[in-house]
Order: sequence, then structure tokens, then C-alpha cells
Amino acid sequence: MSQATTVPDVPGPAPTKSSGPRKLTKAEQRAVDAKTRLSSPWASVIAIVIAILWSVPTLGLFVTSFRPEIDIRTSGWWTFFRDPAVTWANYDAVLYGGSTNFIDVFVNTIVITLPAVIIPITLALLAAYAFAWLDFPGRNMLFVAVFALQIVPIQITMIPLLTQYNNWGIVGSFWPIWLSHTIFALPLAIFLLHNFMMDIPRSLIEAARVDGAGHVKIFFQVLLPLLVPAIAAFGIFQFLWVWNDLLVGLVFGSAQEVAPLTVRLADLTGTRGTAWHLLSAGAFVAMVVPVTVFLLLQRYFVRGLLAGGVKG
Amino acid sequence: MEFLLNTGTPVEKFIVMGIAILLFVAVMAIVLFLTDRPRMPQWITVLAFLGPAAVLVVFGLVYPAIRTIINSFRSDNGQEWVALANYGDVFGNSALRLVLLNTVLWVILVPLVSTAVGLVYAVLVDRTRFEKLAKTLVFLPMAISMVGASIIWKFVYDFKPTDRPQTGLANQLLVWLGFDSQQFLLTWPWNTFFLIAVMVWIQSGFAMTILSASIKAIPDDIIEAAKLDGVTNWQMFRSVTVPSIRPAVVVVITTIAMATLKVFDIVFTMTGGNFDTSIVANEFYTRSFVRGEGGIGATLAVLLFIMVIPIVVYNVRQMKLAEEQR
Repeated sequence: MSQATTVPDVPGPAPTKSSGPRKLTKAEQRAVDAKTRLSSPWASVIAIVIAILWSVPTLGLFVTSFRPEIDIRTSGWWTFFRDPAVTWANYDAVLYGGSTNFIDVFVNTIVITLPAVIIPITLALLAAYAFAWLDFPGRNMLFVAVFALQIVPIQITMIPLLTQYNNWGIVGSFWPIWLSHTIFALPLAIFLLHNFMMDIPRSLIEAARVDGAGHVKIFFQVLLPLLVPAIAAFGIFQFLWVWNDLLVGLVFGSAQEVAPLTVRLADLTGTRGTAWHLLSAGAFVAMVVPVTVFLLLQRYFVRGLLAGGVKG
Repeated sequence: MEFLLNTGTPVEKFIVMGIAILLFVAVMAIVLFLTDRPRMPQWITVLAFLGPAAVLVVFGLVYPAIRTIINSFRSDNGQEWVALANYGDVFGNSALRLVLLNTVLWVILVPLVSTAVGLVYAVLVDRTRFEKLAKTLVFLPMAISMVGASIIWKFVYDFKPTDRPQTGLANQLLVWLGFDSQQFLLTWPWNTFFLIAVMVWIQSGFAMTILSASIKAIPDDIIEAAKLDGVTNWQMFRSVTVPSIRPAVVVVITTIAMATLKVFDIVFTMTGGNFDTSIVANEFYTRSFVRGEGGIGATLAVLLFIMVIPIVVYNVRQMKLAEEQR
């Protein structure tokens, strides 16, 4: 089953083969081909148009976030390059202004994100270990069930969960948000980490067992060091997912004291949809951390994607 | 315990966060310590490793899903059985039928357009000098929250009357070309298409990454053989590249389709579901948490679930096929 559930035919980036000079010339040949392909004018035009469409909207809002409020209202951001006037006032207003106070919500997002990344990864690692290396009746069926749970839309769980949290009296604190993110992350996390774990040679585990190591020792001393790239891959997923999430935050954390950045930002769009000096700066306050992490760790993120890690 | 639930200052918040993590680590350490003894029966070990995750998944996914399915047959306050009345309402009410139609538009257009854009772009920049930068540009929206992306695009669509200086890029382009400026988000079906564009903008990077990896994995021999036959670039794309990566294309399309079904943030942020732009995921939120119509909300959630199933079945069957071919 474990084989059937991996995403097939999406191999990782082809390793640069260095098995002789002939391979190299082939690679070079393809590079030359690429050049001729891009030198056909239509191909270059299409590629450039896509690149522009995918970057200029973000650039526009970024430039806007540094323009004085009055300029933003009276002229387009592209006029900035003709006579640049730069200010930090928008960031100042959105971070410390009484009505927005993004610095507080920024803290909320950090406080929400860290446990919501650490806890599900740990739980999923343990569960994946059980699925990969422990023998017990019904193992395959249970694993298929976990795999199938990935498709359950989280919407379908929300009202009963909220009722339950209400009964426990924990609504309005961080606990329901942490708990919900943990629950929603588990099926994908177990599935992904299990796939990575199955790549570790069985002989390694057997050898440790022969040496008399218990499961906990095997888990921490043999497996964990080998799983660092896998943990990084899923960690980035879960980090981006939680940091950027709106729905869970809105349903389980709409209380003023715990609301994350995304909730406040969406709220601001609804109530002050034309206050572009606040919206632009606010959007970039929310973006700066995930974009930085993403750019630094892109390699691991891509590896996770290729291993079938996609969450809806 | 009051301080664990009531957090005012940032310091208090960080302290409670620390406590939550420590509590978790401590509980897990105790469980593992107690069960990791020689000659412990196997089932206790299994329980220790698997138990916590299993309890959470049953409590937080399985049980609530069953409750919601039951609630979809009950009235809005959950007091009485109404059989299929909620489903009748969803399909009978013209506003909700439009919601379903919009959802179908999203689920068809987003995967197809994103995959097409991702594929074309992946082929065009493959092994060029700017490949890395070019890919990062298209990939980056995946790191931005959908709320952030919605704000970015709402600003692109920003409206000012034609005779005033424009602030939205899209309208400025129209004015430069001699047209009147438009309210992009007001009239159906155009507003839905402009919202769909935002999701395409986000998902294309995903399609590009997966497809680019499989393009690079096409064996050199095949490409060389085609070259010897003297194929043009277009023939190469159509007869060699696309068939070689077909399984990956299917995975990408179905994955994006599933993500699109559940997406809620874009509609919520950009229009709030007004002007006939609502889709099932957004309508679920509005009915359940704003209008207090629990029965309809539950029904919409169940419909969301039902709509995902054929996509998943197709996906799994394609995977099986691909595996048999190998």
C-alpha cells in the first residue's frame, strides 16, 4: 500500500549526471536548445509576459506601502519612479496605530504558529514510525484510513469542533487554534513522513534492534538524524499553512486578543477597503516572514511538494 | 488555570506558548518513558506511538464529520429532523444555485489555466540562463497568504472614474488604451473570472514546479531521437514533452482542483461573497457563522465533501494506471 500511495511519476529534479563527458555534452546540447527556443520571438514574449504578470502586482503594492498617503490616493504607484517620495509612516500607522495595532497581531501569529508546527510534526513522526516499523493487526487498513482523511474538507468539522471547544470553555484562548491546526495537519503529516521513512533501509533498523536498542532509542538515535530533510520539508509546509491560514483563525480565533495577522488584515479590507496606505503596509508586514523563510528554504519546500505534500 | 486562557500582554502570550510546548513535550516523554521497557507487549508500544495522533484525528476529524453529515438533515437550530429539506433549499434557491455554478466555474477554470500557464512557462524557461530567477518569480505567490494575494490584486483592480488619475494598474492600462475604467468586481460573470485569476496566479507556481521536475526527468535519448527526426519546437512539445509528463499533469490538475474547491480566502477578502461571487466554501462560512443557518451550512460542507470524492477517485485511478504502465 505504501507504494501505491506515493505520488508516482513525479520524480525529483534530475540529478546532474557526471558519468562521463558524453552526458555533459547532452546537457549542454539541451542548454543550447533552450537558447534557440527562447530566441524564437514568440516564446520569449510569452515567458516575459508571464514573468511580468506574476511579479508586477506585488511590486506595485510594495512600492505603494512606502508612498505618502496623499500620493497613494491621487496617483498611481508607477508615477513613483518619476518623483520618488518615500515614507515609513504607513508602516508606523499600521504597526502601532491604535485602530490597527499590527504589532500585537504579529505576536499572536508567532504564538499560534510555533506550537502549531512543532506539535503535529512530533505526533506525526511517532505515528509514522508505528506505521512504518511496528507490526500490528489492521495496520494497512488504518494507514489507508489516514490517507483517506486527507480529503476531508476542514469545513465539515468546524461547527461540531466549535461546539466542543465551547463546552470546554476554551474559546477565546489560543488552545482551540493550536488544537485545530494540529488535528488538521496530522493526516498529511503522517502520510508524508511515512513515505520518507520508508526510504530508510530496513537493515539499519534491524541492526539497531539486534544491538538491543528499544523503539524509543531507534527512533531518536537512528531515524531522527536521517529524517531532518523530511522534517524540514514538512515543517515549511506547515509553517506557511499556519502563518497564512485565514479560515481556522477566523472560526476558532476571532477574539481580539488571539486573532492572527490574516484575520485582522481581512477585517481591514472589509472595513477600510480604500485605506491603501494601511492595507499595503499591513499586507507586507504579514508577508515578510513567510517570504523570507520560503526564499531561504525553497529547496526543502520543493522536495516536500515533489513527495506529494499538498494540503487543501 | 485562568492565566492559561486569558492572555493580555505579549509576554503572557509567549509564556503560555512556552507552557503549551513544554506540557506537550512532558506528556509525550512520560508516555514514551513508561512504555519503552524490554518485554513490554507490542500493543502497548503501538498505542504509545500511534495513540495520541489517533485520538486527535478521531476527535477532530472523524467524529465532527459524522456530526455535520447528521446535522445536514436537521433544521438550522439542530432541533428537528427535516430529511432532505436543506438539500432541496440548496438546489432550489436561485442564489444558492448561482453559488454552485460559480464553484463549478472555479473548479474547471483554475486547474486548467494554472496547469497550462505552469506547463508553458516551465518549458520556456527550462535550462535557460535565467531559469532560477524566472521560476522564483512565479513560485513566490505560494509563500504569500491568500489574503495578501487578494489585497495585491484588489489594488490592481482598483477603480477611479475615467477622467481622474488612476490608481489601479488594470484600469490605467484600459485608460491608456483609450477605454473607460471599469468596476472589475461588480458584474457577474466577469467578477468571478477576475477572482479566479487570483487563484490561478497563486497555483501556477505549484504546477510549474511539479511539471518542471518531470520535464527534466524525460530521458535524453527520447529527445535526441526526436531531434534526429527533425521535429520543430512545437512538435517536440506536443508529441514528446506532453505525453511523457502526462501522469504528472493529471496529478497537478486534480490536486489544484481539490485545493480550489476548498478555497475560501479570496472570495471572502475581495468581495465578501457579494455581487454574485460567492462559492460553496465561502457560502458555508457565511451561513454557518454569520447568518446562523447551521442546517444549510452543514449541507454546504457535506456538498464540498461530495464534490471532492470524484476528483480523488480519478486521481487514485490514474496513479494506479501509471503504476501498471511501469
